[in-house]
Amino acid sequence: MWSFSNIANNLHKWLSETFNPTMTLIIEMVLAGVAVIGLFAALGLVLVIMERKVSAWMQIRLGPNRVGPKGMLQSLADTLKLLVKEGLTPNGADKLLFNLAPFVAMIVAMLLMAPIAFAKDFQLWDLNIGVLYVSAISSIMVISILMAGWASNNKYSLMGAMRSGAQIVSYELSAGLSILAVVVMTGSLQVSDIIYSQADGWWIFKGHIPMVIAFVTFIIAVTAETNRAPFDLAEAESELTAGFHTEYSGMKFALFFLAEYVNVFIVCAIGATLFLGGWMPFHIGNWTQFNHVMDYIPSSIWFFGKTFFLIFVIMWFRWTFPRLRIDQLLNLEWKYLLPISMINLLIVTAMAILKWHF
Amino acid sequence: MFEEVGTTTEGDIIINVGPQHPATHGVLHLVITLNGETIKKVEPHLGYIHRSIEKMCESLSYRQFIYVTSRMDYLSSHINNHACALCVEKGLQVEVPPRAQVIRVLMDELTRIASHELWWGAMAMDLGAFTPFFHAFRERESINDIMEETCGARLTMNYMVPGGVMQDLHPNFQKKVKEFMQLYKRKIHEYDELVTGNIIFQNRMKNVGYLSAEDAVSYGCSGPAARGSGVSCDIRKIYPYEIYDKLEFDEVLETGGDSFARYMVRIREMQQSIHIIEQLIDNIPEGDFQAKTKAVLKLPKGEFYTRVETARGELGVYIVSEGGTTPYRIKFRSPGFSNLSVLDHIARGSKLGDLVAMMGTLDLVIPDIDR
Amino acid sequence: MFITKYIKDVYKGVRSLLVGMKRTLYYFTHHKEIITQQYPDNRDTLVLPERFKGEVVMPHNENNEHRCTGCQACELACPNGTIKVIFKNELTPEGKKKKAIDKLVYHLELCTMCNLCVEACPSDAIKMAQTFEHSVFDRNELTKILNNPGSKIMEGVE
Repeated sequence: MWSFSNIANNLHKWLSETFNPTMTLIIEMVLAGVAVIGLFAALGLVLVIMERKVSAWMQIRLGPNRVGPKGMLQSLADTLKLLVKEGLTPNGADKLLFNLAPFVAMIVAMLLMAPIAFAKDFQLWDLNIGVLYVSAISSIMVISILMAGWASNNKYSLMGAMRSGAQIVSYELSAGLSILAVVVMTGSLQVSDIIYSQADGWWIFKGHIPMVIAFVTFIIAVTAETNRAPFDLAEAESELTAGFHTEYSGMKFALFFLAEYVNVFIVCAIGATLFLGGWMPFHIGNWTQFNHVMDYIPSSIWFFGKTFFLIFVIMWFRWTFPRLRIDQLLNLEWKYLLPISMINLLIVTAMAILKWHF
Repeated sequence: MFEEVGTTTEGDIIINVGPQHPATHGVLHLVITLNGETIKKVEPHLGYIHRSIEKMCESLSYRQFIYVTSRMDYLSSHINNHACALCVEKGLQVEVPPRAQVIRVLMDELTRIASHELWWGAMAMDLGAFTPFFHAFRERESINDIMEETCGARLTMNYMVPGGVMQDLHPNFQKKVKEFMQLYKRKIHEYDELVTGNIIFQNRMKNVGYLSAEDAVSYGCSGPAARGSGVSCDIRKIYPYEIYDKLEFDEVLETGGDSFARYMVRIREMQQSIHIIEQLIDNIPEGDFQAKTKAVLKLPKGEFYTRVETARGELGVYIVSEGGTTPYRIKFRSPGFSNLSVLDHIARGSKLGDLVAMMGTLDLVIPDIDR
Repeated sequence: MFITKYIKDVYKGVRSLLVGMKRTLYYFTHHKEIITQQYPDNRDTLVLPERFKGEVVMPHNENNEHRCTGCQACELACPNGTIKVIFKNELTPEGKKKKAIDKLVYHLELCTMCNLCVEACPSDAIKMAQTFEHSVFDRNELTKILNNPGSKIMEGVE
């Protein structure tokens, strides 16, 4: 039976037999890097066309439908266009920071790929503080936005970057508290432990109401973290003409664009792992026949299915709701989401101790 | 004349919004003095689309100048043409046949609905929700199809002439208008679901841009911008023209004075327009669609003024005639100009994001302001 | 009480958001509501209303005859000088000199499609056609001569 973990193990065995250990390590690192970059490219293409088609159908129109069958090759055309555009550096911009900012965004996205389990036993790095690592690295995203806004030498970019910085720093708190709810129930920060603890049911069902509240606050906080609507003041087209990435064009803009979509994928993957069971199939209690059928579907399909469902929900938010103003956004976080998450955490802790969950 | 963009001594920054900007509904240049996120002063710079329409009209005859007024406030083009035709008829003392009057009122109300639909879609888009724009255009396209069948054009119709209308109604007109009303009644609750009831929209529009009734009157605001503050100024009720005094409809007033009140006034006005069309669509009288007038029109020496209620407010047409075939001077009192002058007053102390909501609810169409 | 108001606010807010999301989901799943017309592909089936004001044309019958008497009513009615009538002298069958039109020059680039010329014509010589694709690369193609070469006026038109 082939599965991702089998392939990985066989490859590791073959490599360690052929080369000495250092060489094996180096070759595996290179292979992992290439795989991650390949996944990025594929994700970027798929998510761009998915966003355009989803938005079009919600707006009672057809999306791109000229390039390729039903418009599926549209992202290739977009990529070609972005590649051949001239990349201008504005006059008076801080050259080092201006050129560095998109790369920092990409590096953060790549680092976050490490602890995610794409299929059964298929993780790049299963470290024992996986969830804390994710939370910490995603905070570095703020630096790249502030660098981009400051180095552009443009009032609008600066205002956009400042707003975005305030927003991301605030919403990390709620996101962290929602993640803590799952960690408290599981008892471990390690990603594979969290997934295995959901073998008899996903946490969103086992933890009933408090877990649903944690899930909802997680989705809202994570939409704000990735600067997606309705929290996309940083790129508000009608107000500040594209905010912190106004001055970027060509390949650097493509990197920001790609980094935003990959970030959405990663936070949805984290949400799917923590709340919806990662690669665990959907089991219902004692219905052994049903569970058996569900087990036939490969685990990677389960994982990607759940992640893309969450990505669809985030896109659904974007095309239904208007934007929030900056003070309403911060209001929402500090006066509503944070108190609710804190009280929720207390309830979940009580639930975990008294064993009031399924 | 133009402010230097930069910083003042107190640390305020001066930024330009426009003239090319996705949210200003035309070419409007605003010079805004900001302190952090709070607006201290808004200064509109106009004139980017001034086409000297009033001067052009001095060389055109009384039949010819009506087409150019369609392009002033292009969203209520029928109503603009109607105002000019009424003014010329006042000078000629010509009686419009009843069939033409009913046709004119029907076209006016359809135009009002179409204009409010586009306003609603564009306002939602400015605030960040991109979906209602397409839903609004679906309804507007039905109205445009009706106009295309009868008048021949979708935006600048040029259908009203002094004495009546240019051509008779198309035989499909009644059927299509009834179909449109059925479609509209089915879809109107979607507007509540998507926009009006949505808590994010309400929070962005409530308590934003408060305009008191005294200020509305002293700045000369008219139309829904003033009716949102409780000022009763509907020309169709106060100085009725055509057959408006025989129709049953309410003047929509709200007392909130903030952006949400102005928004609700326009939503309810759309429903009142549907009510007016319902009363008229089955009772179009038979007869002439155009009164007999001479081929070359000459107004007697004097001054003539008429006022109508466009979708934006009160439009006034003032013709000074020296007895010839072309007017000596035409002046248009545009509703947008007075409504724009109140923007500085209501924007002080608000945030930059509120400015978009305020401009949206004042419903500015810049070609109307610049002429 | 503060707590009850807080909870009620949250509940009402979340409910209004969910109602809006349901409407968008409806449109996402019902594809027959899509009203897009695929324009360049549907040129064969495109039907414009007969009163659509696209461009001014002069209809000719099978014998290449038109109805224009050269009265210049359209030229006088036009607000911005789009139509120009050019005359030539021609001989009638009785041998008398009569004025007839040589060319009816129509500047499509200046026309505002206001329909005043069609209304003013006493002999129904011109009408509005339903074409709307007027873009050209060379501006001189927009100055059109409305009467066909070698055509003359129909009998009995006044």
